[in-house]
Amino acid sequence: MNDKGKIVLGLIVFLVIMTFPMWYNFINGVVPFEDAVVQTANTPGKDKCVRAADYMRTQHMDLLNEWRQEVVRNGDRYTEDAYGNKIEKSLSNTCMDCHSNKEEFCDRCHNYMAVAPYCWDCHVLPAEVQQADMALKVDATEGNE
Amino acid sequence: MSFDRRKFVKAASIAALGGVVSPPLKLFGGVVVDGQSAEAVPEAVSGCIGCECSPVAPPTNATRWAMVIDLKTCREHEDCTICMDACHKTHNVPDVDNPKEQMKWIWKEHFGHAFHEADHPYLEEHVKHSNALLMCNHCNNPPCVSVCPTNATFKREKDGLVMMDWHRCIGCRYCIAACPYGSRSFNYTEPKKYFAEKGIQIEPDFPTRTRGVVEKCTFCEERLARGLWPACVDACPHNALVFGDLDNPDDPVRCLLAKHFTIRRKPALGTEPEIYYIV
Repeated sequence: MNDKGKIVLGLIVFLVIMTFPMWYNFINGVVPFEDAVVQTANTPGKDKCVRAADYMRTQHMDLLNEWRQEVVRNGDRYTEDAYGNKIEKSLSNTCMDCHSNKEEFCDRCHNYMAVAPYCWDCHVLPAEVQQADMALKVDATEGNE
Repeated sequence: MSFDRRKFVKAASIAALGGVVSPPLKLFGGVVVDGQSAEAVPEAVSGCIGCECSPVAPPTNATRWAMVIDLKTCREHEDCTICMDACHKTHNVPDVDNPKEQMKWIWKEHFGHAFHEADHPYLEEHVKHSNALLMCNHCNNPPCVSVCPTNATFKREKDGLVMMDWHRCIGCRYCIAACPYGSRSFNYTEPKKYFAEKGIQIEPDFPTRTRGVVEKCTFCEERLARGLWPACVDACPHNALVFGDLDNPDDPVRCLLAKHFTIRRKPALGTEPEIYYIV
């Protein structure tokens, strides 16, 4: 029992490191959750999403996965929204038509939840976001090399 | 023994007689059928005069898409790249300078390289020195599909297109090794980089791909779904590319195949390519 001091010290260091995220947030204050900004100004006439907002908030990834499967593998491109209108199952063309404010609509929650979906590695954003993103990407690749 | 030699010889003779008599009977039946189908060909292209004209929009119920490429017409316009430009623009295929990392969905290749089985030293001069237009053959028996470990490449049951699910591709490049036609390209670098570097606008209607993904011609599946011809077929000002449903005997594709001698690339491999060339 001669190493009692060392063991206790080790346990304390371990606990401090393990609980780092908790007290770090406690000291800095919890980052407040900001809800997605729903932008409707540039889409006159389209004031409703393809599904109810509550469903979309929690299940949009499931819907997108379902659409992806049906479009890519079955070539089944069209469906109806919750109100019976014919829509195309397309992230770039249907979703982003209304929600063209990617930074405020997609990124805000994704960053808060620390998820990094790779949609935009391939799918094309509305023009202005696309330009900025491209500039960033080139900077990033140059920085890596 | 109940089945003696005498009975055996009798039975064998009857069987042999049956074998000799039945083929001509079949043949006789066949003549009538052939006569009907031969008459049906000119009527086939309703609303069109000759095989060269295409309907306004592609059929919506096609079960086996195929293409006929008229290399005779292609040869008359040696430097024409209109179809290639249209395809690569539509599908955001980057223009890569390094030949080892080149991306291509549709391209031209020396005739002897494309059809090495048909090549010989004394080939007709203008064919010998011509280029053939190549793209994915959308094989009926695609070797790329057999080797894909993630089912990212698959043959679509409803119309025979050899498709890619780029979300699922892990970039193992087995399909590149398996494809005997060199139809597949690999993204060694982030493709969006090339568009930014060269200041080329990305076509917003179609996604780009990402680094580590294989890509190839899709026979413009996304355009067919919207009732449009494939981009190359649409762009060709000389009507050298004809696209249609091979399973429909009334289709212009079938009309062309019935009227012209056509060849396919590397038919001996048994991949059943679905691009037919009029040479």
